[in-house]
Amino acid sequence: MNPTDTEVTPWSPTATWVVRGLGMAAAVAVAATVWLGLWVTPPDQAQHNLVRLVYVHPPIAWVALYLAFGVAAASSVLWLWPRTRSRFWDRLAVSAVEVGTVFTALTLITGSIWGRPTWGVWWAWDARLTSTALLLVLLLGYLAVRRVPADPDSRARRSAVVALVAAVDVPIVHFSVDWWHTLHQGATVLNANLSPTIHGSMAWTLLLGFVAFTLLFAWMLAIRYRIEVLSERLLDSELDVALHERWAEGTGPVAGEPGGALASTGRRA
Amino acid sequence: MWRDTVLVAGKDLRIELRSRVVMHQVVPVGVLVLVLFAFALGPDRAPMAKAAPGLFWVAVLFASVLAVQRSFAVEASDGARDGLRLSGLDPAGVFLGKSAAVAVQLVVLEVVLTAGVVVLYGSHIRSYGSIIVAGLAGTAGLAAAGTLYGALAAGLRVRETLLPFLFLPVAAPVLLAGTRAWQVALGTAGNVGNVGSAGDPWVRLLLVFAAVYLALGVVIFGPLQEAS
Repeated sequence: MNPTDTEVTPWSPTATWVVRGLGMAAAVAVAATVWLGLWVTPPDQAQHNLVRLVYVHPPIAWVALYLAFGVAAASSVLWLWPRTRSRFWDRLAVSAVEVGTVFTALTLITGSIWGRPTWGVWWAWDARLTSTALLLVLLLGYLAVRRVPADPDSRARRSAVVALVAAVDVPIVHFSVDWWHTLHQGATVLNANLSPTIHGSMAWTLLLGFVAFTLLFAWMLAIRYRIEVLSERLLDSELDVALHERWAEGTGPVAGEPGGALASTGRRA
Repeated sequence: MWRDTVLVAGKDLRIELRSRVVMHQVVPVGVLVLVLFAFALGPDRAPMAKAAPGLFWVAVLFASVLAVQRSFAVEASDGARDGLRLSGLDPAGVFLGKSAAVAVQLVVLEVVLTAGVVVLYGSHIRSYGSIIVAGLAGTAGLAAAGTLYGALAAGLRVRETLLPFLFLPVAAPVLLAGTRAWQVALGTAGNVGNVGSAGDPWVRLLLVFAAVYLALGVVIFGPLQEAS
């Protein structure tokens, strides 16, 4: 392992404050979105209070499908590229995928909650739903590869390849599912919901929702990155501790003279 | 690169000719899947004939997981993987060779399954040209993506469970596009309006899928082999 890699400190004092500020900003923005979304904005004419999901569902989907996936794909490529290869990109990729998996699952869940009263079903074989579900499976596949025990370098390589192969698949999945759906049914349901003109305060709340969830994503990404660094360190230090204990066990009999006295010290220790 | 491709493909096919694992185990599993689908759908022929294109590709997809697993199980014993890495063959050639061998085996499987679909489900093939083109394009894509993931999962203890989990969602577009192309070729597209022109974009999608994964494999197989 590279000595510089273990010396990386993700949390310099400034960074600590930046992340803390990010977390607070995210909390404030999410709280403001909740307040504006639930109390200030008016209910929609067609969808009544259901329309309030528009402040949550699209921003979450934006984070999941564009931000998280973009960060994961870009950092995987940067890891694979020999010139920019560094543990930083590997950690960033796994952090983005893990946070992205949560957001993708939330996209499906909030969409499902929205779909039940408006479309009458929990799940429709709509193009976007289907491709999002496939994306979730691809992300879970990445995490599964990640969990396979291996030395950090080959694990990073393997995960980066999985991310890249999956990323290449996303546009193909998108188009195929799109065609599959349109050939089967014609009009998409999602467009019909988004077509009503948006009221002034609603538009601002929606915009705030996007900002809030983007901040939340950035904060979660940073926290997840720190967890990755710390767990790597823990793994290293556990190995060190175990090695030292083992050496300490061994030093007794080996250092001294052979005989019964030493065997007894060994037992006492 | 091309010489290495031929060498590796020849080696894999020779092993298959002598061991007949794919011929005697994977192909029967594919046929078995068709029979099981018939059990699931009931003895009536109409729903079977309607679902035949999709069932065919599902069977191909499952069998291709087995074929890829076999292709890398061959390398697992006697340090064959290290031998392959030490041989100085171009990694891109190794990738293309292994993909080609898998593809040839899958084509054999597909011929058998096509006959199975016609015999068991009573499908009529309307356009031989389009099922052959769609079949070959889909097979190339499946073989390329499968080989990529097969190499990735190869030295791992969890490879049997990991490979289908990674490979099947990525191969989903092949299932979609292949099924659509076959629906047109078998004339089960039915209620869809423009039957004649609908097959074309799907075949193109299969070709794009194959091209993308072949290209990706050529670029990425070298670093991937270093990993395990």
